[in-house]
Amino acid sequence: MPILVGRNTKAIVWGITGSQGTFHTQLMLEYGTKIVAGVTPGRGGQEVHGVPVFDTAQEALSKVKANAAIIFVPAPYAKDATLEAITADLNPVVVITEGIPVKDEMQIMEIAKQRQTTVIGPNTPGIITPDQCKLGIMPGHIFKPGKVGLVSRSGTLTYEIAASLTKNGLGQTTCLGVGGDPVVGLSFVDVLQMFKKDTSTKAIAMIGEIGGNAEETAAEYVKKTKYPKPIVAYIAGRAAPPGKRMGHAGAIITGKAGTAETKIESLRSAGVKIAMKPGDIAKQIKRR
Amino acid sequence: MVKAQVLVAGRGKAGGIKPASTADEAEEVSRTILGMTVKGEKVAKVLVEKRLASKHERYVSIVVDRAAKCYTILCSTEGGVDIEDVASRQPEKIFRHQVDPLVGLQDFEGRMVAKGVGYSGKQMVQIASIVGKLYKIMVDCDAELIESNPLIETENGEMVAADLRILIDDNSLFRQKKFLERAKTYEPDMTALEIQAREKGLAYVELGGNIGIIGNGAGLVMATLDMILDYKGSPANFCDVGGGANEDRIAAALQIVLGNPNVKVLLINIMGGITRCDDVARAILDIQKKMGITIPMVIRLVGTNEKEGQKILADANIPSLNSMEEAAESAVKMLGARA
Repeated sequence: MPILVGRNTKAIVWGITGSQGTFHTQLMLEYGTKIVAGVTPGRGGQEVHGVPVFDTAQEALSKVKANAAIIFVPAPYAKDATLEAITADLNPVVVITEGIPVKDEMQIMEIAKQRQTTVIGPNTPGIITPDQCKLGIMPGHIFKPGKVGLVSRSGTLTYEIAASLTKNGLGQTTCLGVGGDPVVGLSFVDVLQMFKKDTSTKAIAMIGEIGGNAEETAAEYVKKTKYPKPIVAYIAGRAAPPGKRMGHAGAIITGKAGTAETKIESLRSAGVKIAMKPGDIAKQIKRR
Repeated sequence: MVKAQVLVAGRGKAGGIKPASTADEAEEVSRTILGMTVKGEKVAKVLVEKRLASKHERYVSIVVDRAAKCYTILCSTEGGVDIEDVASRQPEKIFRHQVDPLVGLQDFEGRMVAKGVGYSGKQMVQIASIVGKLYKIMVDCDAELIESNPLIETENGEMVAADLRILIDDNSLFRQKKFLERAKTYEPDMTALEIQAREKGLAYVELGGNIGIIGNGAGLVMATLDMILDYKGSPANFCDVGGGANEDRIAAALQIVLGNPNVKVLLINIMGGITRCDDVARAILDIQKKMGITIPMVIRLVGTNEKEGQKILADANIPSLNSMEEAAESAVKMLGARA
């Protein structure tokens, strides 16, 4: 069993009538993902690639069965769409949108916590369980079913590492991006806990970057729980100067905190193997 | 007190805050401060305010707590100094309080904060009122940090926020329009190219080396910079063209990265997921012709239609490589060959 999404995932797309939503709905359908409805206020009754569009989540759920959501709507309206998906009891809710104000993100996460909903993102490439379900914008062809669980704060760097896992014959159980923003739904610890329970996952690839202390917290968790599966981590941003945002809103070294060095050091001392190059993750997992 | 109004921290140390005892003196001091440069920013405005007889310097701030996913109030008796030093040396001297993002700050929470750093009675009420006002600014302005350092206890026991620094969340600018112009014009520590890049919506940071870097995706570009360091090279910049790397964005990125005269070799690293590599290759050639690029380029191009893309580049005598490692190594070597 993979984590969070699989064969039984049936998703509703928010923003399905927008250019990003339409484009990626097509790609998700081609991949085999069950996209059962779209929600765009004022566009109820239309169809996008054969998927029916509704005005509200409530209306959609009166016509189709669904258990997941993916959000493509622009940042100013993303909080509204995400909260509609959460209150409709869809779970998980994947938020692709980049640029959502942090105040909105904090409110989304508080409501998600109260309703025990898993939010993936915001500012994430999404989640994929190869050959079963792709809820996201990643290129499907680079992923193959296998034994490595992958969790990341990045997008294209995730593709880079997933492709190398595939090339090395390891494949993946589930790959997900937690999101590049300062406030996101899932921490590394949350995902490590899920991979721990998932019997098909034999090893974990963890892709971190500068900013915040999610990697340090993960290191403490691994150490404290004597985490039973091998983890190999790559941390991006050793060349980043303090005080500058490196593309992602959350990728910023503040003062002396959040540097790649402190993250690498704390993970290493917790027994996590460190790959110094993205391509080394697959090699290190193979060696074990 | 005459205080320089600049958008950088540390103006006091730089001589931007001076006392004056008479109106004439205040005018004279203002003249010296106006026009001086604080960390690269010219002082255009000063604030003249009542000088406070300070007995103690305290600290209060509200920050975005990434791990707890809420605003957290930080308050300390150790004010007027670098709060990060206090946090690392004497963490017990900082009182922390998390605020529910749905309910918002209640008055009693402000009183808890004041009690947490040892204040009672009237002073407690004053601190609670300051905390409440800071919280209101935080929420109303979509701030990601608001900090009063120092928060002063005067000789007659009044609590006053003597200094205030606010950072606005860039992502909120679509609804915080009053900060939009300021965000464009006032970034004293940004270079001219960084300002240009921001206007074009590109994530670009100058780094001082000589290998220009362009890639798609923040993590991938950071990893590329790291790899250049590992091969003993020196990256000139961080530049992320983003997910859907179309011709216009690549052109804009090239213009900015090559606008830096220190760039001697250019490394482009594209992990074309959904983007087609042949489109990217054609775009690069097209731009190379239009812009008349003469410096050597190393291109790493993989993903959908990578063979076609690599062939297009090979026909134009531009080497393209499959792996990031090879690309980074080859960029550093090329630089050595040129030097």
